[in-house]
Amino acid sequence: MSSVAPCACPRPCPVKTFWLLVRAGFRRHSTYRLALLAGMTTNSVFGIIRAYILLAALASAGASIGGYDASMAVAFVWWGQALLGTVNLWGFAEVKDRVRTGDIAIDFLRPLDPQLAYLAGDLGRAGINLIGRGIPAILLGALLFDIAWPPSGLSWAAGAVSVLLAVIVAFAGNFVINLLAFWLVEIRGITLLWMITGGLLCGLYLPVPWFPDWLRTVATWSPFPSMLQQPIDILAGRVVGAGIATSLAIQLFWVTALLALGQVVLRAGRRRLEVQGG
Amino acid sequence: MSIIETRDLVRDFKRTRAVDHLTLAVEPGEAVGYIGANGAGKSTTIKMLTGILKPTSGTVRTCGIDPMRDRIGVARRVGVVFGQRSQLWWDLPLRESFGILAAIHRLDPAAAAARTDRLVEQLEMGPQLGTPVRSLSLGQRMRAEIAAALLHTPELLILDEPTIGLDVLSKQRLREFLVAERRERGTTLLLTTHDMGDIERLCDRVLVVDHGRLAFDGTLPGLAATVGAQRMLVIDLAEPSLDLTGVPNTTLVESESGGLRQRLAFDAEATTAAAVLAHVSARHGVRDLTIEEPDIEDVVRRIYAASGRG
Repeated sequence: MSSVAPCACPRPCPVKTFWLLVRAGFRRHSTYRLALLAGMTTNSVFGIIRAYILLAALASAGASIGGYDASMAVAFVWWGQALLGTVNLWGFAEVKDRVRTGDIAIDFLRPLDPQLAYLAGDLGRAGINLIGRGIPAILLGALLFDIAWPPSGLSWAAGAVSVLLAVIVAFAGNFVINLLAFWLVEIRGITLLWMITGGLLCGLYLPVPWFPDWLRTVATWSPFPSMLQQPIDILAGRVVGAGIATSLAIQLFWVTALLALGQVVLRAGRRRLEVQGG
Repeated sequence: MSIIETRDLVRDFKRTRAVDHLTLAVEPGEAVGYIGANGAGKSTTIKMLTGILKPTSGTVRTCGIDPMRDRIGVARRVGVVFGQRSQLWWDLPLRESFGILAAIHRLDPAAAAARTDRLVEQLEMGPQLGTPVRSLSLGQRMRAEIAAALLHTPELLILDEPTIGLDVLSKQRLREFLVAERRERGTTLLLTTHDMGDIERLCDRVLVVDHGRLAFDGTLPGLAATVGAQRMLVIDLAEPSLDLTGVPNTTLVESESGGLRQRLAFDAEATTAAAVLAHVSARHGVRDLTIEEPDIEDVVRRIYAASGRG
């Protein structure tokens, strides 16, 4: 009856499926080129402003603050601006909207884990944002300012891995927030809280090492520095040697913890799902 | 083994019982129309069959699998189209949706390409392959949805309102395709619809659900017979005549234009159109005739009325 049977070789196929979904995410977001350009421009303008503010702060403090000299502080600003679109700090609404409209049902009709499918799509989105927004921004920053580059090939490689982990941590956290729509009619308040807390604690506005002690402690125990501060510290050369291993281990912990939490919440949500109408 | 089997299936929502001790079985290769009013429990049943919704009590087996325990196992063997939801990638050209779905279902690339080509050809979607899904017309999108649901050659195809909002021509093409697909592969079909044309063209069995209960299970003619729906012979006579009252096993419903056109209702079990015609034409000159089949919407209404629902 059927000539097209599911292939008997489960080994290479899931990877290929994942890769195709990454590519689809990349393609979906690359159709909005004007948005990429607008994002890049905004990021760069803010980069210039923020860089001068930090340089002024450093100049008034004397030499360095919290291990940052002038070129590291500039690197902190520009990597932050460059990674702002790549790491989805501000979150996404797609999953929440699909829960609310009931379209999440379609995701459950596929022989696929929805969390993995959305992660793949988000990695694709991160990829096009890195190419379209991130790299141009960091190049512009390098052109305008004296930036501290990663001190070694190892730092470059570890920085790349750290950026990837940061993308996953941000995705995994936002995915859990989105899934709260299974229980709450409106999650806008929670999303806003997440954005404000995350924006502060991830080290976007100020480096986490510059925080007062109590706030630094709060940040250290949260997943937010894993989304931005940690990859930036590796790329700016502030964290080197054994510090890199510790930093990546912390990120890996948050990746695992938040993805696992997402699985638990997704399962609970599926049992609670009441797709109305249609 | 039945391809769909439910036993004492119940699903409660906050205030209502959407599905109420539903027991039914569908055998492989059948084409079943699942009909009922809005809120009768059709979509809720389908959601439980596919593992989207957890039953309150009772059992469900789809392709022999418990959908709540093995959602993915069911997804590999069943194709589903919800007429009001899309499974395609909105921002991407149609071609890419098929590529991604083939990968999701882990199809062998050569076989997937052949299957896609065949579906695209049969559904005449070639010109739209490069178009982003968001730019497709409703008819084009619905054909694409059905192709997407059939890409992995499922044993069971479940269509929830597939022709809703489509124009007559689009409906026609979709039905013709489904008939051909079933003839070719013997795919089992479960269809919910408000369009009786879908049922008449596609289904050999009808399930009527009312208040979450099975109100009827049988053939379409059987459904009409159950509620005593009658066929109607409309006869145009050569000359004005008296009312045709004495024809055996018929009831005169209407006489127009001084008896030029007369409508006789008859029970298909008791007599035939030929016998009625023979009786009339032996006495009068018959110029023309038509036969009106019972209106199925009306039949469903009568089933509901009989079970105490307006």
